[in-house]
Amino acid sequence: MGKTNIRGLFVVGLTAVLLTGCASNEPDDGPGIDPRTQAPSGAAEPAEKAKPTPEPVKPTVDRGKIVVPLDELGGSETLSGIFHFDFDQAIVKRAGHAELNKHAQVLSANGRFRVRLEGHADERGTREYNLALGERRANAIRAYLVAQGVSRSQVEVISYGEEKPVNSGHSESSWAQNRRVEVVYR
Amino acid sequence: MKQVLRCILIMSAVLSFSAKPELRIEVTKGVDNAVRVAVVPFEWHGRGKIHQEIVEIVNSDLRLSGRFYALPVEQMLSLPHRVNEIFFRDWRLLNIDYLVIGGLESTGQGLRLHFELINVFKQSVEASLTIVGGEHELRDMSHYVSDVVFEKLTGIEGSFSTQIMYITATGSDDKRLFKLNIADADGHRVDTVFESKEPLLSATWSPDGEKIAYVSFERDSRPAIYIHELATGRKQQITDFPGLNSAPAFSPDGEQLAMVLSKDGNPEIYILDLQTRRLRRITHHYGIDTEPSWTAGGKAIIFTSNRGGKPQIYQMRLEDFRIERLTFEGDYNAKASLLPDGSGLVMVHRRNGIFHISYLDLKYGRLTVLTETSLDESPSVAPNGSMLIYATQLQNKGILGAVSIDGGVKFNLPSSEGDVREPAWSPKKRRTYEPIAGDPAP
Repeated sequence: MGKTNIRGLFVVGLTAVLLTGCASNEPDDGPGIDPRTQAPSGAAEPAEKAKPTPEPVKPTVDRGKIVVPLDELGGSETLSGIFHFDFDQAIVKRAGHAELNKHAQVLSANGRFRVRLEGHADERGTREYNLALGERRANAIRAYLVAQGVSRSQVEVISYGEEKPVNSGHSESSWAQNRRVEVVYR
Repeated sequence: MKQVLRCILIMSAVLSFSAKPELRIEVTKGVDNAVRVAVVPFEWHGRGKIHQEIVEIVNSDLRLSGRFYALPVEQMLSLPHRVNEIFFRDWRLLNIDYLVIGGLESTGQGLRLHFELINVFKQSVEASLTIVGGEHELRDMSHYVSDVVFEKLTGIEGSFSTQIMYITATGSDDKRLFKLNIADADGHRVDTVFESKEPLLSATWSPDGEKIAYVSFERDSRPAIYIHELATGRKQQITDFPGLNSAPAFSPDGEQLAMVLSKDGNPEIYILDLQTRRLRRITHHYGIDTEPSWTAGGKAIIFTSNRGGKPQIYQMRLEDFRIERLTFEGDYNAKASLLPDGSGLVMVHRRNGIFHISYLDLKYGRLTVLTETSLDESPSVAPNGSMLIYATQLQNKGILGAVSIDGGVKFNLPSSEGDVREPAWSPKKRRTYEPIAGDPAP
């Protein structure tokens, strides 16, 4: 049961990658009018008939985070905006792909959204090198999003190096939390 | 009980307001055969309180250098002010090698200080100098005395009159506050040059000590390089490129500024001519190139690069852009700077997963780890080339530490305020004096 679910998610994710990957070929990176990424809201049409409000619910930004409406239940989901990295590495971990795909969908469907990718490093090593490392990490996330069809003009990259840790501890677990990229919606 | 508690709270609040967060120096390792010096309280000609801080300041300087023992005044058997008042037997009894005696006089316009350095064993005068300074320059004049004593007895230029710039960070998240401070080398007279809620880093001196450059995120949380004139407080934004604007370093003639920009997609080293504003890119590699510093003559740049897979130190000759790798030991070498004579470099070096400050002798290729602490970074060499100051961690707090290049002397400079980091030793003395020639003792 669990296995099929994971596989199912993977297939959905992969399709999303393929779909948005196609979308990136389009020269237009304006507002979210891509019919393919709007397909899910079309599927929810019968439910809408029953409701008095006909307007489709759009994602909203709340304190830098993106809140995505869940079609059928009327609830919403706040996407995780934090992605972690290994020491002295700037490779996007597979564990973050699913969440990044959701960000990519929101961004490519809503051209008015802008994000700032804030790259961070842990305190080990030198400050200037860590600034460069933080930027590498943010660039890696950007490259991933752009490959999923997000326009480069929607994405800004900034590195804070080791200057803004989320955990001020000096242990391996604190460092792991601090090696991150934060996706901040503006 | 409650009242007492409130009273204590108010008192501590008052104290924390009035007491400037100075750095306190703790010597952790001194030389084994420290030279024994006695600084005798100075004779005072003038009205008002006797200026005895001079003895305290000189004693403190000498002790903190780790090379001297300074005899407490209470243990002195006599208090001479002039050479003919010295009973050498008194000082031999106390095993004192050198004596500092003298007098201080108020001239109406300022202070006149005369002092002599006496070799007890030889019964000879090693130095006899008179200087004049302003009414409020007692601390500067005292550091001058320490510098003269240090130089006469070690052959190394004293650095007690120099300054240290450093950054403090307090609070977290919304309450985070960064401060750029300049203090005397002994941690006193802290002056906050600039403060910001956004990160502040990479502060560096111009060679004449009159300007500083730093990276600040104050504008829309984006990094930019600024140059700040210390005397006027005039501040100028130098760069505003997308991406990294980092690691500024003045050339030895002060006319150019090396820096790291990633505007072309990758961290590369650039040199900006501060006069013409011409910017030229000097590195071309897809790896990280950062932390430029200049060789003494300004003909080459030392920098950190991970072009070989791991961060290592490289040198680039500016004449033909020829690149040479300088470090081969260890898998993390970064933030290198040369000693003033170019004989070696200091850097951050990782050994067994721990970050230390190391010295690399460039002639023999020998690497020496100078510190035993961990998470050490930002080494900055004193203008005399004999000591370096660096940032480290002590009891989960960022503090400054100092170590002599030969590893023989070590001290810490803990601060009462937040994390202290990124020290930069001033290239020049804060104040220096021309001794008056042939002036008789007061």
